[in-house]
Amino acid sequence: MIDLIRLKKGKVAKVVEIEGGSSCQQRLNNLGIRQGVLISKISASETRGPIIVKAGHTQIALGRGMASKIIVEEPS
Amino acid sequence: MKILLIGNPNVGKSVIFSRLTGARVIASNYPGTTVELSRGFMDFSDIKAEVIDVPGTYSLRPSNKTEEVAVKLIEEADIIINVIDSTNLERNLYLTFELIRNTDKPLLVVLNMWDETKHKGIDIDLEKFGSILSIPAVATCALTGEGIKKLVSRIKEARTSVFKNRTEPIWCEIGDIVNKVQKLSHRHHTFLDVLEDLSIHPPFSYFIAICVIVASFWLIRFLGEGLINYLFHPFFVKIYTPLISKLNYFFQPGSFIHTILVGRLVEGNIDYGVSFGLLTTGIYVPFAAVLPYIFSFYLVLSLLEDWGYLPRLAILGDRLFHKLGLHGYAIVPMVLGLGCNVPGALATRLFEERREKFIAATLMAIAVPCMAQTAMIINVLGPYGGGYVSIVFLTLFLIWYSLGRLMNVFTKGRSPEILMEIPPYRRPHLRSIFKKLWVRIVWFLKEAIPMVLLGILIVNILFFFKIIDVLAVFFYPLMNKLWGLPKEAIGVLVVGFLRKDIAVGMLRPLELSVRQLIVGTTILAVYFPCVATFMVLLKELGIKDMLKSLLIMVSTAGAVGLVLNYFLEIAGI
Repeated sequence: MIDLIRLKKGKVAKVVEIEGGSSCQQRLNNLGIRQGVLISKISASETRGPIIVKAGHTQIALGRGMASKIIVEEPS
Repeated sequence: MKILLIGNPNVGKSVIFSRLTGARVIASNYPGTTVELSRGFMDFSDIKAEVIDVPGTYSLRPSNKTEEVAVKLIEEADIIINVIDSTNLERNLYLTFELIRNTDKPLLVVLNMWDETKHKGIDIDLEKFGSILSIPAVATCALTGEGIKKLVSRIKEARTSVFKNRTEPIWCEIGDIVNKVQKLSHRHHTFLDVLEDLSIHPPFSYFIAICVIVASFWLIRFLGEGLINYLFHPFFVKIYTPLISKLNYFFQPGSFIHTILVGRLVEGNIDYGVSFGLLTTGIYVPFAAVLPYIFSFYLVLSLLEDWGYLPRLAILGDRLFHKLGLHGYAIVPMVLGLGCNVPGALATRLFEERREKFIAATLMAIAVPCMAQTAMIINVLGPYGGGYVSIVFLTLFLIWYSLGRLMNVFTKGRSPEILMEIPPYRRPHLRSIFKKLWVRIVWFLKEAIPMVLLGILIVNILFFFKIIDVLAVFFYPLMNKLWGLPKEAIGVLVVGFLRKDIAVGMLRPLELSVRQLIVGTTILAVYFPCVATFMVLLKELGIKDMLKSLLIMVSTAGAVGLVLNYFLEIAGI
């Protein structure tokens, strides 16, 4: 299990847990990022700037702080 | 009878609203275009029904001010039309289920962007979908108008769903339905997909951004100047001037009426830059000097908006905006502000935190000149050389950046991170581009003309009755010692409260040096918002933050005028 920041670009993974407050969870949930869904990481610079993922048919940009709270697991 | 259009951001509610009511509203391809309610009317079984276009919301638990508005309105509704993006069925259904479970209102679901499902390899069984939910479901493509008639005919069938009293977790219900009605198939990548990928992956993303920005500015300038030089200016010189010159026969030049209507004559002739009469400069400035630039700016902006480029620019700008205590989405109020500060200020509603709103609104009001003002800066300073115009904009950019960094340090509170849906690229639809352009131009003319005329009236009264000399006595030290401007320039600051464009134009007859023009135009941009922007900012920020913001503006103007004047003098300008 790793956080979304450490997930490699182009990989698909399952969201295992979202740490952080309920309002953060709610906002991610609104965009289709919640426990159990598959998301793929589309792009991110190594060190700075937002991370772009795809959940369902939606592309989403999210800040690194939020991304570090999203714990994912790559299917083996 | 009230019909509410509600749905996630960027699903096309405003386009459907326009189709239903015939009302013209701004619609774009990025989440958060609509920040205010629009109301319109449609015929509905022999009565006029009020249709309300509500700002987009992801859920009934609102996370910012525009979403709060949306949720509150539900109580008033008689029928709810839930607009969803067919290409994002699963995510959009979350709000649908919240509506089903938490309200008793009759419901109808519109699956908009139906045409895009084919390209994306999504196949939805519409009938099955409607019958499972037991509410009417209509497929539309609002941009082309497909399905709208069907929608209108089925509104009366709206009703509550059989899912109302079920207690299973919402996501399980949704998963179940989606599995039953939606089939996905593989599809080939299109050109737009490839472009989408390129615009978020460095280094191409930066290359594309630079190209888009440079091309936009070039096109705005090319179109704006072309229209002025080959259409609007010749029209005024050849057709309008001879007509208005006839007024010289009716009113004695120098009389009060003549001064008000025609203004000062230069060697017996009207000079639109200097005359400052209601019928000369008062008509020339909004129509011939500013309108062409408003047209070209909004044409280019509409293309960018509908194509879907703004959110990509937001991602690229995120790091820069972080340094200013904002996040990438702040590009939206800034870019809108370049057209007019009023919609720019309204767009700050999309921020959740007071701190973000305060920083974004203040920076925009101070350092983002509206297109009308920009057009006049080019008009007044341009003839001396493009380099001088660049000094003004470079100064404004430096103010924007350094003030932002300072505010980031000194403003209390926290700034949240970006979390934003990136819409797919869409081919701009020519008809909707021009509709939108028309809305914005009409809005500009309505806002600008009365204010420009009022401004000119005030200037003439100030000068004719020599009130300006009384004011000048008080402000002489400030104007002259601090900024190196003549005392008459106080009139410019007075009119700047009303409208910035005409105020910039007032610098012309003062026969200033280039340095004075640069200092004058920069101060005018910074010192205070125009009255229209002021009112919106006051409403959005509240009195306390507004006062703080004004204090920052006035002191920045004082300091910048001083520094600029000093350095330009050293540079020998």
